[in-house]
Amino acid sequence: MKSWLLKCRRNRIASICLVVIFLYLAVAVLCEAGLAFSDFDISDNNIAYQAPSSIHWLGTDLFGRDVLARAAQGTTTSLLVGFLSAALALTIGTVLGAVAGYFGGLFDELIVWLYTTIDTIPYILLVVAFSFVLGPGIHTLCIVIGLTSWIGHCRVMRAEFMRQRSQEYVQSAEAVGASHLRRIFIHILPNTLHLILVDFSLIFVTAIKSEVILSYLGLGAKVGTPSWGLMISDAQVELSRSVWWGLTAASLFMFFLVLAVTLFNDSISQTLSNPNGLKD
Amino acid sequence: MLKFTIRRLLYAIPTLFGVTLVIFLLFNVAGGDPALNLAGRHSTAEQITQIRSELGLDLPLVQQYLKLVKQVLTFDWGTSWSSKSSVSTTITNGLGPSLTITLPAFLISLLISIPVALILAYKRNTYFDRVTLLFCLGLLSISSVVYVLVGQYLFTYRFPWFPISGWDPTRPWDYAALPILILITFTLGSDILFFRSVFLQELTQNYVRTARAKGVDEQQMLFRHVLKNALIPIVSLVTLQIPTLILGSLLVESYFSIPGVGGLIFHALQESDFPVIRAATTMAAIFYIFVQLAGDLLFALLDPKVRLNQ
Repeated sequence: MKSWLLKCRRNRIASICLVVIFLYLAVAVLCEAGLAFSDFDISDNNIAYQAPSSIHWLGTDLFGRDVLARAAQGTTTSLLVGFLSAALALTIGTVLGAVAGYFGGLFDELIVWLYTTIDTIPYILLVVAFSFVLGPGIHTLCIVIGLTSWIGHCRVMRAEFMRQRSQEYVQSAEAVGASHLRRIFIHILPNTLHLILVDFSLIFVTAIKSEVILSYLGLGAKVGTPSWGLMISDAQVELSRSVWWGLTAASLFMFFLVLAVTLFNDSISQTLSNPNGLKD
Repeated sequence: MLKFTIRRLLYAIPTLFGVTLVIFLLFNVAGGDPALNLAGRHSTAEQITQIRSELGLDLPLVQQYLKLVKQVLTFDWGTSWSSKSSVSTTITNGLGPSLTITLPAFLISLLISIPVALILAYKRNTYFDRVTLLFCLGLLSISSVVYVLVGQYLFTYRFPWFPISGWDPTRPWDYAALPILILITFTLGSDILFFRSVFLQELTQNYVRTARAKGVDEQQMLFRHVLKNALIPIVSLVTLQIPTLILGSLLVESYFSIPGVGGLIFHALQESDFPVIRAATTMAAIFYIFVQLAGDLLFALLDPKVRLNQ
């Protein structure tokens, strides 16, 4: 772990991305604690749709609320959606993939059947069908995205557990009497952490992007919640009045977060898959 | 080959069963009470019971499931709640407009991304490669909704080169051009990244070294040897995307008021039009199963290794 951190530090792109990600986390924490951008919900109809100025750096929206504050507050929503969806998807994918790959046989066939079935339904329709059934809201959003995006991870984990289960260290664990569960979770699972990490950022990014699309479809967060998805779909009306700042603020906030997570993911997966041949 | 075909066909049956089951669980069991939605807020208990029996929601679950299977087999999905017309005709009518925008977008994106990816993989780790990669990742970091909004704002409002929205079957290209351009920006980034990694893998293979050793010209090596060997992952991507072509794009079609399948689904969502959403989901899934089946058979035909492994 320590040497791995060291490698990340040596990797310039990864460290810049990490700094950006921590900045977002800091913004989210400050917003939640009420220490920054707490004026996001103060509306004043007299200053609706004001262009960026020294008072409102990124202008105001229809209700005269500060766009910068709302975009910053949206960070919390997006990070929440990203983390919770990824956590749910990874839990499902890891457990099912581990069971399928480790035990094989009937378990494997059932689990493979389950994910080929779900994979057959087009992602967007599945998401839409789920949210249609569960109703809108942030929590539904996390459940929907979590329940629909575990398949890729499950496939990867299944293949990895198949490969690992016959390795010598697992055999020796068996020889000293480790139970199946112990072998799966204590012995093999730590050896797959790099795959979990990579898939975490993949699903995280998918979740943040899905939030925007679902908000556009009216299946996202409740109206009034500060969220990038809602800000972007509000821009439908705003753009026809040449109000470009709401869209710009939300898109830029999302752009740098998604780009940082993707680049970080790319560089660490290179580092992890190629531990000795590191450049930079 | 016959044995492989039969086995593959039989393998599709549990998947088909699974799909109908998932959709059934989603819509009929977990889906709350659509009768309440349909009847509206000011309905009496009798009206609701009547709607429930019309929809067959008062039947035991097994019978409801069998009804769904029957709908799948006969392609008779009943009538839409909002437009009162047959669901299957509504969906079939949407296919034309959907394909008009998705198919050209898909082909153009392939035609651009395959050569670009080949060059990037060949010039890997150069300045050109890195900048293009960063550009692709940047393209992917912007929400597709933003492309739609900004695309329409810029090219119909600021620079009125295209009609704002709508559809005219007699001159489809006027209306399709901008949606096609926007769809290309959705896929271009991820296509280039995907093909680049495919080509990178091929370029490290032994046959590339052999070809170089015997003095094959670089261009011929790339476009004949590498491209041909990379065909399998390319074809598999293409088969994966065919079902989404038929579905059209919810986003683009709803925004540009194109009467395609995606636009239909969007309206069905807005109006809680249960039969349409359910039919579209099921049909898309079943279509996908058959496309995968066709793809697998095609692979077995192209590549003997696939047949022998089974």
